[in-house]
Amino acid sequence: MNPQISSNPATLATTVAGMDAVADRVRPGVEAGPRGSRRRSALSTRNVVIYGVLSVVAIYYLIPLYVMVVTSLKGMPEIRLGNIFAPPMEITFEPWAKAWASACTGLNCDGLSRGFWNSVRITVPSTILSILIASINGYALANWRFKGGELFFTILIVGAFIPYQVMIYPIVIILREMGIYGTLTGLTIVHTIFGMPILTLLFRNYFASVPEELFKAARVDGAGFWGIYWKIMLPMSLPIFVVALILQVTGIWNDFLFGVVYTRPDTYPMTVQLNNIVNSVQGVKEYNVNMAATILTGLVPLVIYFVSGKLFVRGIAAGAVKG
Amino acid sequence: MLMTQTRSAPVAAITEPSSVSVRDLRLSFGSVSVLSDLNLEIREGEFLVLLGPSGCGKSTLLNCIAGLLDISDGQIFIKGKNVTWEEPKDRGIGMVFQSYALYPQMTVKGNLSFGLKNAGLPRDEIERRIAQAAEILQIGPLLERRPAQLSGGQRQRVAIGRALVRDVDVFLFDEPLSNLDAKLRSELRVEIKRLHQRLANTMIYVTHDQIEALTLADRIAVMKNGVIQQLDAPQVIYNRPVNRYVAGFLGSPGMNFTDGEIALRDGAAFFTAPGMAVPLHKYRASKGTLQPGPAVFGMRPEHVALNAGADWPFSAQGPCEIVEPMGSDSLIWTQIGGQSFSVRVTSERAPQLGDIVSVGFDPINASIFDAASGERL
Repeated sequence: MNPQISSNPATLATTVAGMDAVADRVRPGVEAGPRGSRRRSALSTRNVVIYGVLSVVAIYYLIPLYVMVVTSLKGMPEIRLGNIFAPPMEITFEPWAKAWASACTGLNCDGLSRGFWNSVRITVPSTILSILIASINGYALANWRFKGGELFFTILIVGAFIPYQVMIYPIVIILREMGIYGTLTGLTIVHTIFGMPILTLLFRNYFASVPEELFKAARVDGAGFWGIYWKIMLPMSLPIFVVALILQVTGIWNDFLFGVVYTRPDTYPMTVQLNNIVNSVQGVKEYNVNMAATILTGLVPLVIYFVSGKLFVRGIAAGAVKG
Repeated sequence: MLMTQTRSAPVAAITEPSSVSVRDLRLSFGSVSVLSDLNLEIREGEFLVLLGPSGCGKSTLLNCIAGLLDISDGQIFIKGKNVTWEEPKDRGIGMVFQSYALYPQMTVKGNLSFGLKNAGLPRDEIERRIAQAAEILQIGPLLERRPAQLSGGQRQRVAIGRALVRDVDVFLFDEPLSNLDAKLRSELRVEIKRLHQRLANTMIYVTHDQIEALTLADRIAVMKNGVIQQLDAPQVIYNRPVNRYVAGFLGSPGMNFTDGEIALRDGAAFFTAPGMAVPLHKYRASKGTLQPGPAVFGMRPEHVALNAGADWPFSAQGPCEIVEPMGSDSLIWTQIGGQSFSVRVTSERAPQLGDIVSVGFDPINASIFDAASGERL
């Protein structure tokens, strides 16, 4: 910009009058210098530190997964060479097939597939059942104040803090007396009950954040306990249901303790079977099969995370954001 | 023949059963008493406003009438029917909330029809009522939208529509305009008034906004701490407040209060304060005659004249200390006998800062309160 022009407003005004296009850019009183949004260099210290740290952390977490995938695709002779980071020279899917269909655990040699279906038959009903009951619990506690409600809630919350180990043996006896010890039904009931405190708390807090007037309006409109639950609360609460779904699916799928205690070998869930495959002491350690079996077992929670990650974040944030 | 004559006679109108009747209502949460021994009779087709500051129990009272709160004692009648133990849906009420409370996942149409579907009405009847409500409130083009796609004013219209389609006897409004900006608020206020004139339903309206109360109400109930202070027509409440609280709550700018006492001179009553002696022979005392004693003299700023001559029953001079322009009017603050005093004048006649102004008023417009109890004298 010409300093002579900007220092003389009179000249500027006459010049500008004839040149509208210039007037847009050079206006009296606007000086050269910083203007508009600030430009940042892509290689500023700040960016280098942020992306550097993030990359290091990401690599740190991904290396074990990389080793697992690579190892599972190698044959045993190649593994014995000891280069665990080297990519496979000869890709083979045989370890995956063996892990799924023919790996031996104890007397059975039908691989992880049996455990997978056991886990599905445990996870699906206990997830649905626990979420259904807990959401109704939370709804009743948050919206329908009833006598003893506070006490009931306190007992539930205290329940969340009692260590599981304390209850293992009593539950064994209860299940035995009910005649369902060692069955998938028994384990399903145990998972449903143990999911109750945290899920009820989750739903209660979410429903309590729903404006009370909405609930009142529905009552004036003639909706009852179930009508408000199904038609008003449920459709509004998809994010929190997704959060509960993720918590329950991953929690129940990954459970080992209850699985090993409350089932028999033919009803073992996938995690218990994985442990038996990996820790079997007879014969050669088949690292590639072990790796494949571990990835297979972890696949279900992984898929759930990928599919519902966005909704999960929204659900977690929903409590803090006003609707 | 005789029967019909008696019924149409004006005297009979008073004995006509109330639309809403609250009898000896008591509500307490544990040991905290919110409402006690509250009685309220609301006439058929009346627009009653419950007015008071937040926390005075006005919304609580409305919730009790709606059946959304279980009362501790007393009875509630709607249309002559004892509804004390009835569910909200069976009371013949429609309610509009401050936060609109529209069901977010339903369209406008879904919001309007929800209550009707719950009541099991036939589909063509539902359609007819929605069309009628949409016509009255001019929300026809919005029927397929969701609440999130509506502006605040449109949302509140839909909320009113949801009460309207229920075809009820009594409308309950719980601060319906408080979430709207000033312009929309005055627009919808007019619309609610128009709606009331068209439908002639009984309406109970809760607000803390005195302008809404004064413009809409047939009668206003001013509440404080769960007690109705005064229940009367807006003009009466404004001009003859029963106590100092009501006098101070209504009116903007607020009433001038001057501390002093009532004295008798040669048998005539005067209100005296330092530098002030107001003859009260024209003042209409509410209970018999005025007795000497400490009192508070109240005078609304618009009843005070500027440049008042000696022909006014009372006039005094003071400096113009503050000028507050409010558009068409200006509020002038001066001092009479050491106590600040405001005068409302049209802006063209506003004096300059520091001018000596003479103010005068007629005690016929005054409200005088007992200094200790605050009751009107």
